[in-house]
Amino acid sequence: MTTHPTEKRSRFDPEPIARRDFLGLAALGSMFAAFALSLLGMLKLPKAAVSASPAKKFNVTLPDTLADGEAFIPPGRNVAVFRDAQGVYAISTICTHLGCIVKTSAAGFDCPCHGSGFQKDGAVRKGPAPKPLPWLKVSLNGSVLTIDEESTVKSGTKV
Amino acid sequence: MKAEGYSAMHEFWGNLRSIPNHVYRAVFRGGPPKTDRTRSSFIFGNVFLHLHSVRTHLWSLRWSTTMGLGIMTTAAFLITLVTGILLMFYYKPYTDVAYQSIKDIHFIVPTGRLIRNIHRWAANLMVVAVILHMARAFYTASYRKPREFNWFIGWGLLVTTLGLSFTGYLLPWDQLAYWAITIGANIAQSPREITDAIGITSWFDIGGLQREILLGSDRVGAEALIRFYLLHVMLLPLMLAGLMAVHFWRIRKDGGLAKPEHADERVIDEAKEFYPVFTDVPNKTYHLAAVVKGKTPQVGSGPEHTVPSMPHLFYAELGVLMLTTLICVGLAFMSDAPLKELANPMVPENPAKAPWYFLGLQEIVSFSAFMGGIGIPMLCIVGLGLIPFLDREKKGTGEWFGGPGGWKLVKWSMVFGFGVSIAVEAFAIRFGWLREWLPDIPQMIITFVNPGTVITLCFAIYSIWSVRRYNSTRAGALALFTCFLCGFIVLTVIGTYFRGPNWNFYWSPADWGGH
Ligand code: HEM
Ligand code: FES
Repeated sequence: MTTHPTEKRSRFDPEPIARRDFLGLAALGSMFAAFALSLLGMLKLPKAAVSASPAKKFNVTLPDTLADGEAFIPPGRNVAVFRDAQGVYAISTICTHLGCIVKTSAAGFDCPCHGSGFQKDGAVRKGPAPKPLPWLKVSLNGSVLTIDEESTVKSGTKV
Repeated sequence: MKAEGYSAMHEFWGNLRSIPNHVYRAVFRGGPPKTDRTRSSFIFGNVFLHLHSVRTHLWSLRWSTTMGLGIMTTAAFLITLVTGILLMFYYKPYTDVAYQSIKDIHFIVPTGRLIRNIHRWAANLMVVAVILHMARAFYTASYRKPREFNWFIGWGLLVTTLGLSFTGYLLPWDQLAYWAITIGANIAQSPREITDAIGITSWFDIGGLQREILLGSDRVGAEALIRFYLLHVMLLPLMLAGLMAVHFWRIRKDGGLAKPEHADERVIDEAKEFYPVFTDVPNKTYHLAAVVKGKTPQVGSGPEHTVPSMPHLFYAELGVLMLTTLICVGLAFMSDAPLKELANPMVPENPAKAPWYFLGLQEIVSFSAFMGGIGIPMLCIVGLGLIPFLDREKKGTGEWFGGPGGWKLVKWSMVFGFGVSIAVEAFAIRFGWLREWLPDIPQMIITFVNPGTVITLCFAIYSIWSVRRYNSTRAGALALFTCFLCGFIVLTVIGTYFRGPNWNFYWSPADWGGH
C-alpha cells in the first residue's frame, strides 16, 4: 500500500500487495467455510428429532385362565406378561444380543438367532447375550394393566 | 463473394442428401480402426475408452496376469445396473406394498422373474469377483509404489460393493430381509456392549446413534426401507461408478498393470505373433512422459512389447463381459432368487441368516456382538487398506506369490489358517465357551476372549513370526492375508451350511427338522 507509482520495480521483485493472492485466498476460504457449514447442516438431517414409531404404552387385560408363571403375549407386542402369587410383571422378549424375538421355554426364554438362553427372570443362561432381558414398567388400574415398553424397572419388581 | 452461378438452394439439396454420410462421419470421426493411427484415435477420441491407454503391454494381456477378474467385476456391475433399472419400473419402496411389488415382479411382470434372478446372480457374482480380484492384486504384489493409491480406491470399491449387497437385501421386505437387517442394525448398535460395561451409555451412546442414523427410527420400518432404497439405487451406485472411473484412470497413469522386472524378455515369444507391431507412426503422441511418474510403456523401454489396445485389449474385455453375462443368465434360468413370507416383526425367521458373504461375520457375532460385528471387521478392513504401507519391499512385484517366502509360505499359511479356524470353531461347538462353564463371568471378558478374537490373535502371532522367519514384511503380509482368506472361508462355510435353527450346529440342513 505504500508503494509510490514513481518507484520503478524490477519484475523480479515480489509484488508488495498480493491482491490476486488475497482475492484468491478469500474465494478459497469462503468456499471451504460454506462447504463445511453446509456439510454440518446436512449431517444433521439424517437423525430425526422425533422418530415415527407406534406408541410404546399399551393396555392389556390378562385372561382369568392364565396359570402361575405362564407367559401371556399381548397381540402385536414383544412382551411377555406373567402373574404369580406376588403379583404381575412384564419381561421384554427382545433379545439383548441382536434383537431377535425370544420364545418362552421350559428353562425360561430361548433366542432362535444365535442361541442365547435366559432364565425365567430374564438373567442370561447361555449364549452371546450381554445383558438380561429387561423388566418393563407395569401399572395396575383395576384389572387393566398399562405396560410401558420404554421404561424398565429392576428385575423382580412385581405389582 | 460467392462464386458465379452459386445457388444456395442447390447446396441445401446437396447437404440434405449427404446427411447420412456426414452424420456417420461425425459420430465415427476417426474412420474404421484399421491402422495404428486410426486405432489410436479410436481410443483417445472417446471419453470412455480413453481410460485405457492406446497401447497395452503384452504382459498385461496374459490371462494369468489378471484372470480377467477386474473386468468380470465391472461386467457384473454393469449387469446389475441394467437389470436394477428395469426392476425399478415396478418396485415400490413402502412397507405396505414392497413385498407385493416383488411378488408381482416375480410372478406377473413379463420377464420380471428372469430380470430379478439375473440381478440377484450378478450381485452375488460381483461380490465373489471383487474378493478374488483383490486377492489377485494382493498375491501379485501389485499394490506397491506407485499403486498404493489405487489399492486404496479398490478398497473403497470393496466396501461400497458390500454396502450395495447389504442394502439390496432389505428391499423385498420378506422375513429373510427383515431379520437380517434387524440383526445388521443391532450390530451397528453393539458398541453398547462396551459402553454398557463401563457404564457410560447414558451420555456417550455411539452405538445407539449409529443404529438410529441407519434406520431413521428405533425400529426396522418405513424409514429404514426408504433409506436403504436410496442408498441402494442412488448413493452407492454413484459412488461406485465414480470410484471405478478413478480406479481405471489410475491404472493408466500408474503405467499400466504392474509387471515383473523382466517382463519384456518374458513376452518375447508372444511379441513375435504381433509382427508388424506398427503399421504406421502415430500422428499424435502425448508428451506426458515428463509429467507422469513411474514407467509408461514409452519410457525406458521400446514399444515393441506393446500392442494396440484396439483390438487386442478390447476384444479380451468384451470376451469377459460376454462370459459374465452367460454365467448370470445361465444361473438365472436354473435357480430363482429367494422370497420368503412377508416380514413379521413378531416372529424371527429361524435361523435368521444374512446374505452368505456376511455369514462368516454372523458366526463370530454369535460369540460377541461387538467384537464379531465391529471390532474384528474393522481390524480386517483397516488392515487391508494399509497393506501397501506396511509392505514397501520391491522384490516380486507383478509376480504371482512374489516376494520372500513365495508359494511355499502361502501353502503353509493355508494349512495354518484353515487349521486354526477349524480347530477353534470345533472346540467352541463341541465344548461351548466361557459362559457355559462360568455362568457369572463378566461380559467384558467374553467380549475380549471369544473364538473370534482367539483366531484373530493366532493369525497375528503367526504373521509376526513370518516377518521374523523370512526377515521380510512381504512375508508377513502373505501370511496374514492368506490366513484372513482361510478364516473367512471357514467361518462362511460353517455359518452357511452347518448352522441351523437356534444357530445350533447341524451336520446337514436336512437335519434341521420342522423348519
Ligand atoms: C467394484 C470393484 C472393482 C472393480 C470394478 C475393479 C476393476 C479393476 C480392473 C478392471 C483392473 C484392471 C486389471 C484387472 O482386470 O485385474 C483393476 C486393477 C487393480 N485393482 Fe481393482 N477393481 C475393483 C476392486 C478392487 C479392490 C477391492 C482392490 C483392492 C483392495 C483393487 C485393487 C486393484 C489394483 C491394485 C489394481 C492394479 C493391479 C495391477 O497393476 O496389476 N481393486 N481393477
Ligand atoms: S439375537 Fe438373540 S442370540 Fe443373537
